[in-house]
Amino acid sequence: MSALLAAVGTLGDELAAHVVLSAAALALGIAIALPLTLWSARNATVARLALGLASLIQTIPALALLALFYPILLWLSGMVGGGIPALGFLPALLALALYAVLPILRGGVTGLAGLDPAVREAADAVGMTSAQKLRWVEAPLVAPYVMAGIRTAAVWTIGAATLATTIGQTSLGDPIFAGLQTQNWVTVLAGCVAAAALALAADSVLALVERGIGQGSMGRHPLLGWIGLAVLAAGIGWALWPGAASKRETIVVGAKNFSEQYILARLIGERLEAAGYAVTYREGLGSAVVFRALDAGDIDVYVDYAGTLWTGEFKREDNPPRAAMLREIGELLQNPGGARLIGPLGFENAYAFAMRADVATANRVASLDDLVRAAPRLTLGADLEFLDRPEWAAVRAAYPLRFAATRKYSPTFMYRALESGDADVITAFSSDGRIAADKLVVLGDPRGAVPNYDALLLASSKCAAAPRCREALEPLVGAVPVGAMREANYQVDRDTDKRDPAEAARWLAGRLAGPVSQ
Amino acid sequence: MPDAAPEIRFEKVARRFGPVEALAPLDLTIAGGSFVALVGASGSGKSTLLRTVNRLDEVAGAMREGSVRIGGDPVDGLAAPELRRRIGYVFQSIGLFPHLTVAQNVGIGRRVRGGAMPPDEVARLLDSVGLDPSLAARMPSELSGGQRQRVGVARALADSPQILLLDEPFGALDPVTRAALGEKVRALHDQRGLTTLMVTHDMAEALLLADRVLVLEAGRIVADAAPAELAAGRAGEAAEALVAVPREQARRIADLAK
Repeated sequence: MSALLAAVGTLGDELAAHVVLSAAALALGIAIALPLTLWSARNATVARLALGLASLIQTIPALALLALFYPILLWLSGMVGGGIPALGFLPALLALALYAVLPILRGGVTGLAGLDPAVREAADAVGMTSAQKLRWVEAPLVAPYVMAGIRTAAVWTIGAATLATTIGQTSLGDPIFAGLQTQNWVTVLAGCVAAAALALAADSVLALVERGIGQGSMGRHPLLGWIGLAVLAAGIGWALWPGAASKRETIVVGAKNFSEQYILARLIGERLEAAGYAVTYREGLGSAVVFRALDAGDIDVYVDYAGTLWTGEFKREDNPPRAAMLREIGELLQNPGGARLIGPLGFENAYAFAMRADVATANRVASLDDLVRAAPRLTLGADLEFLDRPEWAAVRAAYPLRFAATRKYSPTFMYRALESGDADVITAFSSDGRIAADKLVVLGDPRGAVPNYDALLLASSKCAAAPRCREALEPLVGAVPVGAMREANYQVDRDTDKRDPAEAARWLAGRLAGPVSQ
Repeated sequence: MPDAAPEIRFEKVARRFGPVEALAPLDLTIAGGSFVALVGASGSGKSTLLRTVNRLDEVAGAMREGSVRIGGDPVDGLAAPELRRRIGYVFQSIGLFPHLTVAQNVGIGRRVRGGAMPPDEVARLLDSVGLDPSLAARMPSELSGGQRQRVGVARALADSPQILLLDEPFGALDPVTRAALGEKVRALHDQRGLTTLMVTHDMAEALLLADRVLVLEAGRIVADAAPAELAAGRAGEAAEALVAVPREQARRIADLAK
């Protein structure tokens, strides 16, 4: 319990970012919903269309809606010649605002539809103009319905804002996603508790505002309304307060969604901080998003893997030797303003088909060639992306694998599935500490179908062009031994005596090879 | 004494809703200062005719034909809100603003024109319709049906209109309240020198309150007579059918006492 409280206590920055994002999205949602409500009140077709569209948006999972804004903004940015950030605050704001529209609009339209026709007639009969009728009759009578909608929207928005982490916006989702990947349940719970507490607090404060404009049996209590507004303003003011924010130049370090990436991001971040930069992290980014984010300058540095870029970004189907592939990737990353290769870190994290030793022995499997024969009796457990990746197509082209079944897992659960026997073969990662710890058998690739996955340090052209940034990164080139990386990964992934990624990164920093200077 | 109340003149006024002829073209003059009742069954066009005077018929959409003049001036000569501010209007469902106090409801006309009604004026007005001025601070939901309609009448008269339009004003009230409020409104009509048009389906009410009774049937005026002529059965067949009912009821009630 005290560990949980301590974990919640460290979430100040995430909470502030979450409050700013939710409040801004709610405000934008209100700004969209209110005029739509008024227009709907005067035109039944508009009402049908607006409600239909808002309901349609609501059926899109929040995660997908957030992700969709990335390509949309990227495209828009391309249309106007750049300058629109496609990651972080803007797409999160837009997606969440769209999400907030429906409850407010529905509240307003319901309230207007339920307005007593006699009251409208009386308003006309005493000679009110349209504007007077709106201000003195419709608005005050519909306000409680709209306010109820705003309360619902606030709770939804605060909940969905945790997903903004996946498009690189700091939020209370950061500890949830990081904790899920590294199986740090205290961190996950801390994020959930903080988000739930924020939602409850916002709902209570808005309930006070509602009392301020309320009608009927509850009566109107303007004082409560003003108190509610004051608390609301104070909360948003606190979140916007710059606090300890520095005026140092900021570098954004990106990471995909598995332990090694979190550790490397911290390793890189610590070096950049030592070089005098302010560092922010955008972690948990999807494979498809992260390279484009770097190419567009939304993030400044991250680690990707040679084979991933080769097949995924550059759509190559050949498999040249390691040195040739590295050279060619360096040449491909020369577009003006685009991503740059700093260099390989010195270890590989390849997709590796792995089995439990007893299962491999029982089926007499040692290589992918052997697996072709045994596959029809076996279940393949893959990570969430692998089956859709070109590498899988390449492997199947070289080895006609037909499994009895295939299942998808997040990386952590994939190893669990292998252990429990739910999966017989998994698409493991060669730098994963669990391969050694669980005594897994890695199957050979005699036909050379899987490309190499040397870890490559990539930077934005801004960072690559700045000597201070470049000099902070270059000592990492060739300096991370695979053994040290495995051990660091295992420190985060193991079930007992777990370390968080920052601690593992500090441990790793002390194991770097070669003359790495601080 | 206010200026002499204006006459209301209908010239070839007609109204249709799609294929339905709500009002056949009709010519009619309501003398200034008179109290005229429009009687007829539901759908006979009596409310439609009434609502052409303050252009509330326009809310329903379709176009009105002909012209309505008040004191010689066409009602279309003013913007609708401006016209309606000069005409008192009371209707069956009352339409008090539920979020406003009695005083604010009564003072709404003044507010619409950018002013405010002082409390002593609110008190006088409530008193004039037979309400205790201490009710000024109440919300409409705290009043009885009869009290609400008295507030409705006070609201309609708040800005000293010269014309009062009543659309089934007492339809939802119990018979005792109904009779009392009817007498009250007639008294206010005389006292303020109004031109009053009242829609009702109750012939007895029309006979007892109005100076002149018009009977409508399917959008046409089928009888136009003073109450005395109607009561004597000299206003034609259509009117006689309506008058016969209360006359017969009165006779049977009188018989009961024998």
